Amino acid sequence: MNELLLGLADDELVIGWRDSEWTGIAPLLEEDVAFSSIAQNEIGHARAVYERLTDDADALAFDRPLDEYRCAPLVELRLLDWGRTIARRWLYEVADEIRITALMEDPDVGGLAAKINREEAYHRMHAEMWRERLRDEPRFRDAVTELWPYALGVVLPAQREELAARVGLDEVEAVERGLHTDDFAPLWDEMTMVRRSAPVGSQW
Amino acid sequence: MAAVEIPQDEQAFLAYVQAGGQVETADWMPDDYRAKLVKFIEMHGNSELMGVLPEREWILRAPTLQRKLALTAKVQDEVGHAQLIYRVVEDLGKPRERCLADLVDGKAKFHNVFHYPTKTWGDVGVIAWLVDAAAIISQKALLKCSYAPYARIMKKICWEESFHILHGRDVILAMVTGTPAQFELVQEALNRWWGPLMQFHGNPIPKEEDPMYLWRIKSQGNEEARQQFLEGYVPQIWELGLTVPDTKLRRRDDGVWEYSEPDWDELMHVVTGHGPKTDERLAFRRRFLDQEQWVRDAVLVA
Amino acid sequence: MIYEVFRRERKGQAFEHAGSVVAPDTEFAEAWAREQYGRRGESVALWLVPRDAIHDVEDWADEFDLKYRRVDGYSIKARLKEARERAAARAG
Repeated sequence: MNELLLGLADDELVIGWRDSEWTGIAPLLEEDVAFSSIAQNEIGHARAVYERLTDDADALAFDRPLDEYRCAPLVELRLLDWGRTIARRWLYEVADEIRITALMEDPDVGGLAAKINREEAYHRMHAEMWRERLRDEPRFRDAVTELWPYALGVVLPAQREELAARVGLDEVEAVERGLHTDDFAPLWDEMTMVRRSAPVGSQW
Repeated sequence: MAAVEIPQDEQAFLAYVQAGGQVETADWMPDDYRAKLVKFIEMHGNSELMGVLPEREWILRAPTLQRKLALTAKVQDEVGHAQLIYRVVEDLGKPRERCLADLVDGKAKFHNVFHYPTKTWGDVGVIAWLVDAAAIISQKALLKCSYAPYARIMKKICWEESFHILHGRDVILAMVTGTPAQFELVQEALNRWWGPLMQFHGNPIPKEEDPMYLWRIKSQGNEEARQQFLEGYVPQIWELGLTVPDTKLRRRDDGVWEYSEPDWDELMHVVTGHGPKTDERLAFRRRFLDQEQWVRDAVLVA
Repeated sequence: MIYEVFRRERKGQAFEHAGSVVAPDTEFAEAWAREQYGRRGESVALWLVPRDAIHDVEDWADEFDLKYRRVDGYSIKARLKEARERAAARAG
């Protein structure tokens, strides 16, 4: 379970980081604001889950060496174009819903998962709204195809059939958790550079 | 849909706004008033937007989850303010797309402070605490703007800004009570930002000679705003053991703050698009504006 | 399309005009208005109305003096003083 939770928290931390890359440069100011809200929720979820695993959420979030992070490759990818960003948002939300709903059954973390699930409702509305708008746009459709193997890697193998059904694509070989993509090292580097500039345990 | 009360005559309009009269979007207004209003409000919108870029890098580098959340929320507010502000400009006749195009083409102005680099986490604290403080002083004065739609959004803007300064001060306090190296980060950032901060409110043109004040678009003179800033914040800076890089800075017995003459040439040079980071930041915005034009095309058709 | 946004801050208060949002349809308008007027919990409800749907009324004709219909059309001081004086005289 802890491994599962750590994966969830790391996913939320890293996708929150990726979503905040759009700050100041989203195609519409309104979306800049919306992405900031989504990113804040994601960081908040990461924090809540880290706090289940440890007393010092910041240490867990920022002080691990690179190879101890358990995020899925999907969230690590640097996708600074809107078509691929929205494709990832949508695929991630569908996958995440399956994962979170399963966790809601757990007697231990069920309550936390339910809270996360309630906030995610707005993320899903937002992703669905964009998918509707961009469904015929080649940039979006190609991106979904490209990111599909990565999306499958977000959920457990037993959950992939359902994911495929919801997304409307055939299951393919997933890009599994475990090996980080090339995009993760620069992200980790930037994410932790201020933190690493002072001794461990420094206050900020 | 002409308003009945506002006289269609420039002198009468001037008397009207100087007596505290408020102007709504559909009312008649002198061409000069409208032109100055659009330029002023557009510059404000541009500033909110350009303020995002220096801070964006530090969201990505924030050293705790709390700071990451707070900085994201602060910057989010600034983009939200830009949206509100450009809406007001749009209702006055200039579409947002044109404002953004003029901005990235270097044809429009934004406040001096957003043309400078941010170098360390110390800058994050100094900006959130002192740059936002300087801005809020101007923004509070704008609550009395004669153009009512702008005055109304200033209410929401001021309400949202209230946590920004607290967040900034909290960041500073954590560092000045942390390691000596962290204290130095703050001092070093303050040394770099002091010049631009002193220039921020503009040169001390007497308000009776400032058209913005005559039209009651601004309700406060530049020097008045700067004095308010010094009075409010220098004591707070000094009480932390930080120094201000101006040997002439002192408060006279009559309450007026004396200081070294700011470099007005530098201010003019910077706001006309020659700041250290101007080109880079505009180019960054332009790159994404162009890259994502297809998104606006897909969305802004009903 | 421009949508005017009205917000209710708290139950018991009336909806107030809060601003406007440009959006292609009500779905986008809602998403964006939620962000702009609700992300800090500052509203319990929003109304989104296309600007075109608003019928505005701004001119009034009030040519003849109809002050009798308003509070400022009444000046009772003088008569009240006299009435009090007469009542005092009757009692005394």
